[in-house]
Amino acid sequence: MAGPTAGFEVVEGVRTHVLRGGDGPPLLFLHGANGGRWLPFMDKLAERFEVIAPEHPGFGRSDTPDWLDSVRDLGHFYQAFMEKLGLSDVTLVGTSLGGWIAAETTLRNAARLRALVLVAAGGVRVKGVRKGDLFLWSQEELTRNLVHDPALAERMLSAPVTEEDRNIGLKNRLMTARLAWSPRLYDPELEKWLHRIATPTLVLWGREDKLIPCAYAERFREMIPHARVRVFDSCGHLPHVEKTDEYVSEIIAFSEGARP
Amino acid sequence: MKFFLFHLMPYADLDLSAPDKYNSSWVTLPNSYYDPKKGHLLYNRYLDELELGDELGFDGVCVNEHHANAYGMMPQPGVLAGALARRTKNVKIALLGRALPLVNNPITIAEEFAILDNITGGRFIAGFVRGIGAEYFSWNANPAFSHERFMEAHDLIIQAWTRTGPFAFEGKHFNFDYVNLWPRPYQDPHPPIWIPSQGSTETIEWASHPDRRYTYLQTFSPLSALQKYMKQYKDSAESYGWEAGPANLGWATPIYVGETDEIAYREAKPHIENFYQKFLKMPLEMLLPPGYLSLKSMQGVMAAKQQVAVGARDIDAVMASGMFLCGSPKTIRDQLKRHQQEIGFGQVLSMLQFGTLPADLTRKNIELYAREVIAPLRAEEQAARAAAE
Repeated sequence: MAGPTAGFEVVEGVRTHVLRGGDGPPLLFLHGANGGRWLPFMDKLAERFEVIAPEHPGFGRSDTPDWLDSVRDLGHFYQAFMEKLGLSDVTLVGTSLGGWIAAETTLRNAARLRALVLVAAGGVRVKGVRKGDLFLWSQEELTRNLVHDPALAERMLSAPVTEEDRNIGLKNRLMTARLAWSPRLYDPELEKWLHRIATPTLVLWGREDKLIPCAYAERFREMIPHARVRVFDSCGHLPHVEKTDEYVSEIIAFSEGARP
Repeated sequence: MKFFLFHLMPYADLDLSAPDKYNSSWVTLPNSYYDPKKGHLLYNRYLDELELGDELGFDGVCVNEHHANAYGMMPQPGVLAGALARRTKNVKIALLGRALPLVNNPITIAEEFAILDNITGGRFIAGFVRGIGAEYFSWNANPAFSHERFMEAHDLIIQAWTRTGPFAFEGKHFNFDYVNLWPRPYQDPHPPIWIPSQGSTETIEWASHPDRRYTYLQTFSPLSALQKYMKQYKDSAESYGWEAGPANLGWATPIYVGETDEIAYREAKPHIENFYQKFLKMPLEMLLPPGYLSLKSMQGVMAAKQQVAVGARDIDAVMASGMFLCGSPKTIRDQLKRHQQEIGFGQVLSMLQFGTLPADLTRKNIELYAREVIAPLRAEEQAARAAAE
């Protein structure tokens, strides 16, 4: 495909940067702490969906509104976002922090959703299973801990970093801390009500995830008993990068199956 | 110049291989390295050292707050200040300071400070800080809310000290229906407030505001930074329409006085190097968690790739930058006078124990400093004042 188009939408007073590509039913992708660049897996998804990939308020090229204090705020924001864009029959995909936001969004109102896909999602806690400390890891440790394949980590570490990338990285890190420092990467309120999710739900995880260990996939299965859970072997926290083909086929098949 | 005896109370018996093994003396350094029997001796020794400051005529003594580390063993500094409140008779007691954003109820700090002010009959100086970055890991406080929590906690404490209670406080982070401080502070309207900082434009503009005029302290910084931030404070005060004097500006720095320059250098070298290289050791991510600095400041730091992490700093480097004053009494007197004249600070917070500096050398340092540095400088100032009159 020709690549995504970039633009801004003003939602709840926030000038929000949005990448869009492809044709088909809408797939709203909510990025993780690292930010919302267009990645190769999105091109593959764009062969079947219209992929809509906003940068969250407070991240990347989007504004940082005064009201943004928590992931709950973003749950409300994405309700407003779908309303503003007139989206329906949405396949909502969220990875890591984005998975947490997707769960919050779904709990508020699922009427516009066809399916929910949670990938290595934050938002809950399994007592005794510690998450990695992404704030204490150096950039190099973080990169190595995010993926299972050391050669991939090397490639990611040797990629050039522009000044703009670095500044956006700091902005994303700041907002991630604001949203997820304490309690670290979860919200006890979310855990109480996850069982209310009735939207068809797919949970994807990497077996070797060092940031949010795979035990969390089981926790989501317990709380959303109708969910399909798929764990990828030899895969870390970024299945969309490390297991692109399987990841894309899982989402396409699941979304097809959930078609109204 | 006013002379304060500043102490960090480090765990001086630390196994010095530990900070390298854990890449930090903070947060992740296991407390199995702390031996309470040694700690018992150290706390009592350090309190003796501060009490000696009272006997030798220092203007004040200072304690401060740090958590989960070997660098400074005063996570609850009010306990130490309380001990000093009864055993000292003349010195000011400066608690520099409590880390406001870490607590969920800032009224505890208003209460603690008010009690100290009452016991000492107004010998108390209140310090407010945000804590260093590592503290946000140890206390699980969100650094992204550090600035706003500091401001709000400050406002609450000042109101608790100055408004007739009970009154309601309606903030974002802190909400109380009945603020009604018992005891009220001894000093009217409240104890002097000092703001220690490593240098921040936002802090300086805030501290120098005419509603506050808080004394600004530059801590453990090169002379170039001291000069820059003291000037910034004076300029800021001027732009607000008032003139900042020496009393508004303080400098906290380690100092070692020996009989000669050579003796001072030889005796201080291993201990000041342990201070800067071992006790301050921590990775950059621990020092500057996201939000601790404003996004703009953080982008500036990363763009300049400044050497913010404290790495290999030997005695020559820290003496050259002015982060350590070391020498004979005359050397120290001359340096303090020259820097004072050039920079204009009036409060000298002398840290006379640092790192592993043992009891005998610390005592000698305190005595030499009091007798050979403070006394002659005071006499000179007095003579100059008399001549001016």
